[in-house]
Amino acid sequence: MLESAGQMIEPLERAQAESVHHRPGFTLSEGAFRKILYLAGISVLVLLIAIFFSLLLASMPSMKALGIRFLTGRTWDPVTSHFGALPFLVGTLVTSFLALCISILFSLPISIFLGYYHREGKASSFVKTVIELLAGVPSVIYGFWGLFFFIPIIRFVETELGVAPYGVGILASSLILAVMIIPYSASLGREVINLVPNDLKEAALSLGATRFEVIRKVILPYARSGIFAGILLSLGRALGETMAVTMLIGNSNFLPTSIFSPANTMASVIANEFTEATGAIYLSSLIQLALLLFVVTTVINIIGKIIISRTSVT
Amino acid sequence: MKDRTLTRRIVADRIFQVVVVFLSFCSILPMFFILFFISKNGISSISWNFLTRLPAPVGETGGGIANAIVGSALLILLASVVAVPLGILTGIYLAEYRKDKFSYLSRLSVEILMGTPSIVIGIIAYVWVVKPIGSFSALSGGVALGIMMLPVIVMSTEETLKLMPDSLKEASLALGVSYPRTIMKVILPAGLSGIVTGMLLSVARIAGETAPLLFTAFGSPFMAANVFKPVSSLPLTVFNYATSPYPEWHALAWGASFVLLVFVLALNLIAKLGMRKWKVQF
Amino acid sequence: MKRSIVCLAVGVLLLSAVGTGMAKEQELIGAGATFPYPLYSKMFDVYSKEYGVKVNYQAIGSGGGIRQLINKTVDFGGSDAVMSDEDLKAAQAPVLHIPTVAGAVVVTYNLSGGPEIKLTPDVIADIFLGKIKKWSDPRILSTNTGTKLPDMAITVVHRSDGSGTTNIFADYLSKVSAEWKEKVGTGTSLNWPTGLGGKGNPGVAGLVQQTPGSVGYVELIYALQNKMPYADLKNKKGNWIKPSITSTSKAANIALPDNMMVSLTDSEAADGYPIAGFTWILLYKEQKYGDRTEDKANEVVKLVWWMTHQGQKYAEPMEYAPLSKAAMEKAEKLIKSVTYGGKPMMK
Repeated sequence: MLESAGQMIEPLERAQAESVHHRPGFTLSEGAFRKILYLAGISVLVLLIAIFFSLLLASMPSMKALGIRFLTGRTWDPVTSHFGALPFLVGTLVTSFLALCISILFSLPISIFLGYYHREGKASSFVKTVIELLAGVPSVIYGFWGLFFFIPIIRFVETELGVAPYGVGILASSLILAVMIIPYSASLGREVINLVPNDLKEAALSLGATRFEVIRKVILPYARSGIFAGILLSLGRALGETMAVTMLIGNSNFLPTSIFSPANTMASVIANEFTEATGAIYLSSLIQLALLLFVVTTVINIIGKIIISRTSVT
Repeated sequence: MKDRTLTRRIVADRIFQVVVVFLSFCSILPMFFILFFISKNGISSISWNFLTRLPAPVGETGGGIANAIVGSALLILLASVVAVPLGILTGIYLAEYRKDKFSYLSRLSVEILMGTPSIVIGIIAYVWVVKPIGSFSALSGGVALGIMMLPVIVMSTEETLKLMPDSLKEASLALGVSYPRTIMKVILPAGLSGIVTGMLLSVARIAGETAPLLFTAFGSPFMAANVFKPVSSLPLTVFNYATSPYPEWHALAWGASFVLLVFVLALNLIAKLGMRKWKVQF
Repeated sequence: MKRSIVCLAVGVLLLSAVGTGMAKEQELIGAGATFPYPLYSKMFDVYSKEYGVKVNYQAIGSGGGIRQLINKTVDFGGSDAVMSDEDLKAAQAPVLHIPTVAGAVVVTYNLSGGPEIKLTPDVIADIFLGKIKKWSDPRILSTNTGTKLPDMAITVVHRSDGSGTTNIFADYLSKVSAEWKEKVGTGTSLNWPTGLGGKGNPGVAGLVQQTPGSVGYVELIYALQNKMPYADLKNKKGNWIKPSITSTSKAANIALPDNMMVSLTDSEAADGYPIAGFTWILLYKEQKYGDRTEDKANEVVKLVWWMTHQGQKYAEPMEYAPLSKAAMEKAEKLIKSVTYGGKPMMK
C-alpha cells in the first residue's frame, strides 16, 4: 500500500508530530497495550469455544433423552417427542453434494479461464468482478429469484416426466446452492492455477504440448490440492446455507426418495421450527442440529486450511 | 499417421477452449438474470412513498419499507459497535505477532468463525442475548451480525497492516514515539483506507443476512426506536413477503430486494475499487 | 476514530434509554397464529391510530406464540390451539385463553377452472393420509357428479411450522377418521404422511396457488383474499355446508366452558361448518412477572378488552365470526380475572 517513498511522507510527519507533542488521550504503557492486543488475539478463540460449549450445553436434554436414535431415527415427530434427524442429514448431504457436483462443472472452467487463458485484460477483470459480486448476493435474494426462475422450469420438467409437479424439492435447492457456491471454488481455484510456475508451463509448451495438454498434464496435477481445498470451502458453505434452501426445498420432514422429492436440511428445519419449538426436548433437538452443523463445518474448514497450508499457497 | 494425431490433438485443444469459455460464460449469466429479474419487478415498486412509509395491514395497498431500511441501518450500526473495535485490535495482534505460536490458533479461529453458518450464530445470539433479556431485540440481532462481521474486519485489518513497510514503524519508534502510539496514531491511520474497505465488505456481508435475525431481531411493523425491542430489516421483509400469496406483499418484496441488492452490490463494487486503488487484497 | 465509535455507541444507548423511559409502554409485543393475522393486523393498525399504543404482532404460527409466551419474550401469544398439558406445565403459571373470534379452516385446491367441489370427511382424511392419490378417484367423483375432475395427481400441502390451524384441522380429522387419529394424531406440529410444507397460512396458500393439482387447508380469509376455491363439506348431521361466517357462528353455538378452552370441530349443529375453531389471545393470569410494570400489564388488558368489544366490528368484513353473546360474557369474565400482584386489573 505504501509503495513509494513519497507516500511515506505523511505518516512520517505524523510520527514526528507524535514524538514531539505529547497529546493527551494515549498514555497507555507498552505493557498494557500489548496485553490488550493479546486479549484481542485470544478473543476469537474464546468466542469459538464459548459457542461450542453453549451449543453443547443446550443440546444436553435431547442428547440424554434420545441418544444415538437422534442420528439414525427417520421420524421427526414433535407430537410424540421422537426426534430422528436422519431425513435432515440425508437432505443436507444430498443437496450439498449434488450442488457441489453441478458447481464444479462451472467453477473449474472459470478457474482455468481466469488462471490460464485470460490472466489479465478486460475480459478477465470483468468475469472476475461478476463472479465476486455473485458471492455477495444475499441468500434470501437467491431464494426469491429461484422461486420464480427455477421452480417453474422444474415444475414443467416434472409434468413432462409425469412426476408430481411440486417444483420445490431437492433438485431446486441443489441448483440454487450450486449457483451460490461457484464463486468460492472458482476464486480459490483461480489463485492456485495462477500460481503454477511459468517455467513448468513453458517447458511443456516448448515440448509441443497443446494448451489443453498443458492444463491436463501440468497445471491440474500441480494445482490439485488447492482446487480440492476450494471445493471443500464450497462444501462448507453449501452445508450451512439456510435461506435460499428453506425457500426452495419443500419443507417435508420425510426421508427424500428421489431428486424431485421435497425435503429439509438441518439448516432449513432449524429456520422453520425454532421459534415455535414447544417443549424442551424439541428445542434441544434443534440446537443439537446446530451443534452438528457447527462441528461439521468447523472440521471441513480445518481440513481445507491444512491442505492449503501444506501446498504453501496464498 | 503423426499428422492425424496432431490434428486430433489440435482439435481437442480448440474444443476444450470453446467449452471452457462457454461454461465460464454460463456461470456469469445468473448475475444478469438476477439483476434483470429483480430490477424489472422491483423498480416499479420504488417510489417516495415506498421508501418512507410503514407497511400497511394485510390486504391493503400503499405500504412501504421505511421501517425495514431504518431497522437494517440500526442493526448494521449495532453490529459495527460490537465488531469494529475488537476486530481492529485482533487484526493488529495478528499483524504484529505473526510468528507467534498462538497467533496461528487465533488466525485459524477467525477462519473457522468466517465459515460458521449464520443460522448457528443466530441460535447463539438467542441463547446469549434474547433469553437473558427476555425479549427479542435489535441488540441481539446486532450481536449476531457483529459476530459475523468480526472475521472480515480482522482479516482485512491484518492484511492491510501487513502491507505497511516495517521501516515506517521503525522510523516512528526511532523518533521516540511509544509503541502504542506508533501503532494507533501512525500505522493505523496510514492503513485507514484498507481498513475502511474491509468495513465496507463486512457491512455488505451482513446487510443481506436473514437467518440470524429470524429469532433475534424478530421483525416489527413499526419504526425502529429502541435497541431493546424487535426491529425490522430489509432481508427479513423480503423473506416474509416473498413466501406469501398476496400480490401487494410480493410487490413489497420485489422493491425491498431491489433496494437491498443495489446496496450490497454498490458496497462490493466500491470496496473492490478501493482494493484496486490501494492494492490491498483480502 | 476510536473516539467516534465510542461516541456512536453511547449515542445509540442513550437513544434507547430515552426511548424506554419516554414511552409509556407504547409498544406491546405479541406473536403467534397466522390464522387471525389479517384481522389482527387490521385491528392493531386501528388501535394504534386510536390509542397511540403500537402492537407488534409477528405471525410465526401458534406453536411459536405458545413457545414465546412460555419463554416470556412476548407480552401475549396468539393461538388457535389450546395449550397442551406439557406446555401449561412449562409455563409454570396459569395462562388464560381469551377467545377473540372464530374462524373456518377451509380445504382449498388448485384445479383449472376453479370448480366447486364437495368432499366427505373420510375422503378428506384419506387424501391427507396419502391414500387417495388422484383427483379422478371414484370416491371423489361420487360426491361430485357433474363436475369434470382431471386425472391429475393430488399434491398435499400442509404447514411446515407449528400451527394452530393444523391443530384445528387435525382435531377434526382425528374425530372423523380412526386411522388418522392413530397414525398422525392432533397437535400443532405433526408427522405428516405426505406432502409439501408451507410456512404459515400465507405459505400454504402460496404453494397451493402455484402448484396445479394441489390441496391444502387454510383459514377462510386467505382463500377469499387470493380468490382460491374451497370445498363444501358434509358435517356431522349429514348436511353439505359451505364455510362462511354464518356456518362458523352456528358451529360456535355450543355449551362453552368457563375457561373457553374448547374445540368447535365436527359440530353437532345442523348448519354448523365442521372445521371451525376459536382463536385465542394467551396471557398470564398473574401479570406481575419478570420486570413487567403495572403500566404494561394495563395496556395488555386494555388491548384484549378492546379486541373482544370494539374490535369485533372488524371481524365480519374479513369473514371471521364475531363472538356470540355467550362467548363474550365468558371472555369478559376471563379478562376481569387478570391480576397484577394479586389485585384484579379491571373493575
